[in-house]
Amino acid sequence: MSWLNKQRNILDFTLSSLFRNKTKNSALVLVYAFVIFMLASVMLFGHAIRNEASIALQDAPEIVVQKLVAGRHDLIPMSYVEQIKKIRGTHSVKARIWGYYYDPVTEANYTLMVPDDLSAGQGNVIVGNGLSRERAAYKGDRISFISFDGKPVSLRIADILPYESELVSADLILVSIADFKRLFGMNDGYATDIVVGVRNKKEINTIAAKIVDTLPDTRPVTRDDILRTYDSLFNWRSGMVLAVLFGALAAFIIFAWDRASGLSAEERKEIGVLKAIGWETSDILLIKFWEGLTVSLASFFSGFLLAYAHIFFSSSSLFTPALKGWSVLYPEFKLTPFVDPYQIAVLFFLTVVPYTAATIVPSWRAATMDPDSVMREL
Amino acid sequence: MRKSNLFLIYCAVNIVAFILVMSYSVYKADYAFRASNANAEAVKKFVLTDLCLFTEARYTRHPSIADIHTPFQDFPGSFEHFPSGSMVPVPDHLRRGYVLAE
Repeated sequence: MSWLNKQRNILDFTLSSLFRNKTKNSALVLVYAFVIFMLASVMLFGHAIRNEASIALQDAPEIVVQKLVAGRHDLIPMSYVEQIKKIRGTHSVKARIWGYYYDPVTEANYTLMVPDDLSAGQGNVIVGNGLSRERAAYKGDRISFISFDGKPVSLRIADILPYESELVSADLILVSIADFKRLFGMNDGYATDIVVGVRNKKEINTIAAKIVDTLPDTRPVTRDDILRTYDSLFNWRSGMVLAVLFGALAAFIIFAWDRASGLSAEERKEIGVLKAIGWETSDILLIKFWEGLTVSLASFFSGFLLAYAHIFFSSSSLFTPALKGWSVLYPEFKLTPFVDPYQIAVLFFLTVVPYTAATIVPSWRAATMDPDSVMREL
Repeated sequence: MRKSNLFLIYCAVNIVAFILVMSYSVYKADYAFRASNANAEAVKKFVLTDLCLFTEARYTRHPSIADIHTPFQDFPGSFEHFPSGSMVPVPDHLRRGYVLAE
């Protein structure tokens, strides 16, 4: 009990000492919490979006085959479908017809796709919720396009895709094959790419290699490749994240350096007086330990909880301008709160521990000196 | 009230909030993996390959099946043109190509 009481008394003393320099210490906590907030926001967002991608794309095509001409992709002949079907291990081989349309009205890019079965029929389209919102076009309205030969094409919106699927379909327009060809003038006998289903999932890479063997001018992209693309999304090495990370780390290092490089005259005087009235060196170190811990914990908790609210309750509003970039169409989505405890532990140990240590070291130097000489220096 | 008590209460409230937040995350994440997901359904139904996160350029709209040369269409070695290019790197599989089967 006496040990506990001693700690509480020391904590009381520490807090009173911190409150004496209210302005300086609150500024310290604010900046420290902001650094934690930025780092935690980036970590939480990156982890959540990567998980969201892995769930959304779990049923992405097993293999997508693209044709390459002079290093760029090109339309793929339908005859390739038959050739791929002959490869043992494939079970469904289908051509995908899709493309992009730049809308000069909204200055946005849309993805037009021909689904297997468009229930709406020719002359009708099904559009993504993001597009509907951006163009203020709703079910029953007509939407106009300019075809490849400059002629206007007007299609009726038969339905709107659910807003819950906006993360994958915000800019999507599902159109019939006849309308697609009318818009883009695509020749019969060609598709954009081919999707291949594989019987045994362990053989996906082998089948992909066999496709290249049979059709050397193609490039297969497997489901694993697709998922890996999103694994590196918002990775710490990407430019925007690196900028935030370096900024926050530099701010933190300046902080810790300021604490570690020495004590103010006021603090040295305080230590001298405490030693002169009989405080032990260990007690002074304890005060400094509590001081470091109090500031660190207050900043860590507020920074982290604010970052959590920012990412999962306010739809990462601070990141939206950066994510949106120059896009006109941006999906509205709420991330599922995937949190990696390991990342939080790393953030905790990389911020709270060094800061607390940086507070103790200079105090230890002052506390081990003779109180008389500490006060005479002032 | 003693200042130390106030601080301990502050810490306790934060720890409780932290535990609540973590438990909520575990519950929601578990639910997300089990429940049907509208995005996953759309991907399966319409045979989609990418998230619609960055619609500003073709190669950022569908990064996993993009043309590796597109980002450099202005001139070779040009700096990335679109902000999203600094968030989604060029996927490895677009760089490496496939080894022919033995």
